[in-house]
Amino acid sequence: MSQTLSASTLLAVPLAPLAGSALAGLFGTAFGGNWIGRRLAHTLTILGVFVAFVLSALTLYSVAVHGARFNETIYTWMVVGGLKMEVGFLVDSLTAMMMVVVTFVSLMVHIYTIGYMEEDDGYNRFFSYISLFTFSMLMLVMSNNLLQLFFGWEAVGLVSYLLIGFWFNKPTAIFANMKAFLVNRVGDFGFILGIGLIAAYAGTLNYGEIFAKSAELGGLGFPGTDWMLITVICICLFIGAMGKSAQFPLHVWLPDSMEGPTPISALIHAATMVTAGIFMVSRMSPLFELSDTALNFILVIGAITALFMGFLGIIQNDIKRVVAYSTLSQLGYMTVALGASAYSVAVFHLMTHAFFKALLFLGAGSVIMGMHHNQDIRWMGGVRKYMPITWITSLLGSLALIGTPLFSGFYSKDSIIEAVHESHLPAAGFAHFAVLAGVFITAFYSFRMYFLVFHGKERYDQNPDAHHHAHDDHHHGHGHDDKPHESPWVVTVPLVLLAIPSVVVGFLFIQPMLFGDFFKDVIFVDAAKHHAMAELAQAFHGPVAMALHGLQTAPFWLALAGVVAAYYMYMVNPALPAAIKRAAQPIYTLLENKYYLDWINENIIARSARALGVGLWKGGDQAIIDGAVVNGSWKLVGWFAGIVRWVQSGYIFHYALVMILGVFGLMTYFVWLNK
Amino acid sequence: MTLTLGHYLTLGAMLFAIAVVGIFLNRKNLIVLLMAIELMLLAVNMNFVAFSSYLGDMHGQVFVFFILTVAAAESAIGLAILVLLFRNKTSINAEDLNTLKG
Repeated sequence: MSQTLSASTLLAVPLAPLAGSALAGLFGTAFGGNWIGRRLAHTLTILGVFVAFVLSALTLYSVAVHGARFNETIYTWMVVGGLKMEVGFLVDSLTAMMMVVVTFVSLMVHIYTIGYMEEDDGYNRFFSYISLFTFSMLMLVMSNNLLQLFFGWEAVGLVSYLLIGFWFNKPTAIFANMKAFLVNRVGDFGFILGIGLIAAYAGTLNYGEIFAKSAELGGLGFPGTDWMLITVICICLFIGAMGKSAQFPLHVWLPDSMEGPTPISALIHAATMVTAGIFMVSRMSPLFELSDTALNFILVIGAITALFMGFLGIIQNDIKRVVAYSTLSQLGYMTVALGASAYSVAVFHLMTHAFFKALLFLGAGSVIMGMHHNQDIRWMGGVRKYMPITWITSLLGSLALIGTPLFSGFYSKDSIIEAVHESHLPAAGFAHFAVLAGVFITAFYSFRMYFLVFHGKERYDQNPDAHHHAHDDHHHGHGHDDKPHESPWVVTVPLVLLAIPSVVVGFLFIQPMLFGDFFKDVIFVDAAKHHAMAELAQAFHGPVAMALHGLQTAPFWLALAGVVAAYYMYMVNPALPAAIKRAAQPIYTLLENKYYLDWINENIIARSARALGVGLWKGGDQAIIDGAVVNGSWKLVGWFAGIVRWVQSGYIFHYALVMILGVFGLMTYFVWLNK
Repeated sequence: MTLTLGHYLTLGAMLFAIAVVGIFLNRKNLIVLLMAIELMLLAVNMNFVAFSSYLGDMHGQVFVFFILTVAAAESAIGLAILVLLFRNKTSINAEDLNTLKG
């Protein structure tokens, strides 16, 4: 017996944060005359997101416990030649889970921001933007058709641009936000092609109708080539996911996006926006199951991202960059799971990762606040004595990240590794190697960061940039004491609230989500062709058994080796890293330059695009259109008129002569005609 | 030699040709222009009468009356225009009338 959910409840979920955003943005900023002060602005926005969270939680309860579903159109925007463009909601278990994750992390970030952005002039604008982001992301996950998904997709990209460039007077921030937007656009180009192909061949953008036609779509070929249509569609859709979820080679924007304030790094670039691509592929699982080529492609890209981004995380000195590369690597893990047709595992890892990665980012932000906005981990150390809550929660988050048994990350990561191992696709071998090697790398860079920040000698006064502050500092609150101190409760309470799910959510929910009925009828797996999930289900005997078994498997030992290696290299023998760097200098240079991808993008791709633009401007617009067509046409007319002018002599006898000659000509013609 | 229709038609044609040449070879005198126009009409009359006489059809001679009437009216108007033109420009030299030059 399934009930349907109420449309107005569902409508309130995205609209409450939108209302908060509109009020704070229109009336709290100079645009509306600064009517609302800071307290009212943050109260309104937090209220909006809180309402959304409560309603989302109730929805999840209805969906999970009572089996409620909702799939209706709320508003028909337009109908063009049989293609309906609508606003509608599809709320099933996948959507409800995403709604709860998005609103919960957003609520935590909203509360955290009260403390983090306390001394910033753009306080109200920030709250408006993060609420707007929550609205956009909710519209994306709740949509029942590709057009609304794309609207949410673009809107989150826009808000990400606004937030990365929040401190718009900083040139690096502006560079980063343009980079994010443009790289996303490249992905969106592929995404639009995929959506267009679906609209052309299925004649509809609604998920339900597309999936009903998926069998017939699977049989069509792409005209003019040997490719299957469904392969082309899925690869195009995945290119969109590559842009949004920062897969290689469209990952270059995410490390730069750390220019934005830490709360948005937690919200957008860890927990929610970057997971939109993973969500979209899971949503489209009936289509992806039809194309092995696309799944192989996804496996390869995900594996490359998972492994090679991890390598980059090892050498980062900025605390946020370490976590950023960690996010890239974990997104690679999720993508690999998608490629192995283990969509529910990917979404499960999305959920656990959202919690512990947001926790790690917010913890990093708390450390940054405590260190007076110094972000370089080389000049930290021993912070655990001064910031105990931040220390414990960051430790819990790191343990979850590396896959310590019983923590949530263990359940999701090990499931991914197992699923890839079971997959028979050609690329699965490489992917399995990549995700296993990635476990060691993940443990290594996570605990490198942990030990350098929270343990060891205090190196605060060794910072050569000690007297620079990124932007207006908050010396007033701290006097001239150089030691860090714990952040206020608005910062630490979200950390604690995020630490709880980071620890328990895996243990509690692995059984229903992966091996139960939670995603029944939502995520479609062709068990005959892609049997990874079936194999996993056979091997699963409960979360406790899985944890105990996990102690004997390779990932656990690799993770332990990573922690031990980090401990040795950064606590016991600190001279070793420098020695390794000297010995392997070429590799180090390659990593420092991020595999020269940024260099290629800036000097080759961007430069040629700009040269093409200038060439088309000077050669096409100025020379051809302005010169030849516009100016040329009047010059031609003028020249011709100058010749014709000679006929107008003004002499009456010339005119009379012409008349007579004309008459003769006509007569001759008519005589010959009648001959 | 007997005069045939052809001779009369040739006469008409020659008159017409002289009149046409008179229009555009004449640069000095507008009255000559008007006379040339009259001569053209006369040449056409000649043709009509010749045909009417040799084919025995009255209609040609009737039409000559029409043409004569029209010619008279048109020379009256033409001369009136000439008089006005002379009053304004004190010249009837066709070469002086080029203010419509493009």
